[in-house]
Amino acid sequence: MFNKVVEVKGLRKQFGTYEAVKNVSFHAEKGEIVGLLGVNGAGKTTTLHMLLGLTKATAGSIRVFGRDIETERTEILARVNYASSYIALPYNLKVYENLLVFARIYGIKNARTKIDQLLEDFEIAHLRNSTSGRLSSGEQTRLNLCKALLNDPELLVLDEPTASLDPDLADKVRKALMRVNREQGTTLITTSHNMLDVAELCNRIVFMRAGEVVEEGSAKEILLRYGSESLEDVFIAIARSQLIEKVKVS
Amino acid sequence: MRWNRIHALVMKYMYVCKRNAFRAMDVCFWPVMDLLVWGFVTLYLLKVSGAVPTMITFLIGAVILWNVLYRAQQVVCLSFLEDLWSRNLLNIFTSPVKVSEFITAAYILGLAQALAVMLILSVMAFVMYSFNVMTLGFDLAILFSNLMLMGWAMGLIATSLIVRWGPQAEVLAWAIPFVVQPLCAVFYPVSVLPTWLQPLARCVPASYVFEGMRAAISGSHELVSNYAIIAFGLNIVYLAVAGLFFKYMFEQARERGLLAKYCS
Ligand SMILES: Nc1ncnc2c1ncn2[C@@H]1O[C@H](COP(=O)(O)OP(=O)(O)OP(=O)(O)O)[C@@H](O)[C@H]1O
Ligand SMILES: [Mg+2]
Repeated sequence: MFNKVVEVKGLRKQFGTYEAVKNVSFHAEKGEIVGLLGVNGAGKTTTLHMLLGLTKATAGSIRVFGRDIETERTEILARVNYASSYIALPYNLKVYENLLVFARIYGIKNARTKIDQLLEDFEIAHLRNSTSGRLSSGEQTRLNLCKALLNDPELLVLDEPTASLDPDLADKVRKALMRVNREQGTTLITTSHNMLDVAELCNRIVFMRAGEVVEEGSAKEILLRYGSESLEDVFIAIARSQLIEKVKVS
Repeated sequence: MRWNRIHALVMKYMYVCKRNAFRAMDVCFWPVMDLLVWGFVTLYLLKVSGAVPTMITFLIGAVILWNVLYRAQQVVCLSFLEDLWSRNLLNIFTSPVKVSEFITAAYILGLAQALAVMLILSVMAFVMYSFNVMTLGFDLAILFSNLMLMGWAMGLIATSLIVRWGPQAEVLAWAIPFVVQPLCAVFYPVSVLPTWLQPLARCVPASYVFEGMRAAISGSHELVSNYAIIAFGLNIVYLAVAGLFFKYMFEQARERGLLAKYCS
């Protein structure tokens, strides 16, 4: 049977003369948690946006659930959800109203029960009737995650999900995401600059540098390959090797 | 198209209006100010120049119908801008909401806002200036419908430009109607315009609507349907063009990664 939830092949994105993503290929299998890593500007967010059909790829193919994102966007997105620390829900709606709007959009039955459950899970039930614009960034992040789990997505795409969370909350969010992954078999693709996220969450890591995939494997495999004990050291090694190459070229 | 998604988008904007006094003012305050000013101008004109009494009804009718067009257009843009301002666009466009559903929701909001403005101004015109817009009867319905269609088309074109050029183009939401206003023959007949401008005014559906309104007030009902048919034909063309233009601009925005850029 078909196990590849996401299959990206030869993906490229050119913004004018600048090539932000160059020939990227990777995949995610059902129930896998894949981490996209890389320095600022490596092309992670651009890749995620192409995966969701927000940005049009210059070349390459993206298949989600075996379907083409360009031609079957609506069908795919009904089974997917997305959260990013850099976007928000309308600020003058109450937390509950925002979630109700998205529950309607996704056609959720028993919306009220589902919303209350998610608010409990992410420990923001007390903010149910607060205006969303008043939330702290950590609360905002958790609200985004509630929205992202409303439709029990089969694929959850996350862009730096723990970026604004304190270590305690970041840990709770990771545990919540792992629970969703374990209990519902949700596939996750996430970017992060938090190596703890990556080490704890991800089954597989895809390292990107200057728009290309330069490393791929489980955290263990990658650490072994670099003879290192910390992902942070590996990250820095990969990031700096780019600088060395750049110097060589010039 | 799925109704639950359209309903959700309409509901979202209703919540925004409920919370944001400035959005509510678009319906309850600014149009009222407009009517007050023009109402007093016409009273004054009547007093000093002994203008024909139908003059006052022309002007008040024009203010009411102009607000229908203006507000219908504006809310189409604002429903997009609200999502842009609140960094919610990506939540919407990573959901199964289709572009056609997004536009339909904006059109429904345009219709609702235009109806609300029409109702408020009609009551006010009756109370303050003894002008009963309802005497126009069925003519009013066909004139209103044509303004609605033109408002949608204008709103969609302005939104397309905002999609492509982002927040810096947001002023278009308010400015676009005033670009075409001189050609709409709102307060004067097309024949008043310089000859070289008249063919341009003939391409604007609203010019037929306002000519039609004056015909209806003067009792020439048979003219109204002629005007309405031409306006309707033009509106269909403009709506189709606006739809294609939006699609093109939306694809341009996807190509350039702009939807994401506006939100971060
Ligand atoms: N719409 C756009 N137009 C032009 N250039 C863009 C656009 N979007 C992204 N870029 C460029 O593409 C490159 C990759 O950006 P992207 O946001 O994908 O990086 P990232 O890996 O997510 O970085 P970060 O870790 O900082 O979030 C950057 O150099 C960025 O300036
Ligand atoms: Mg990024």
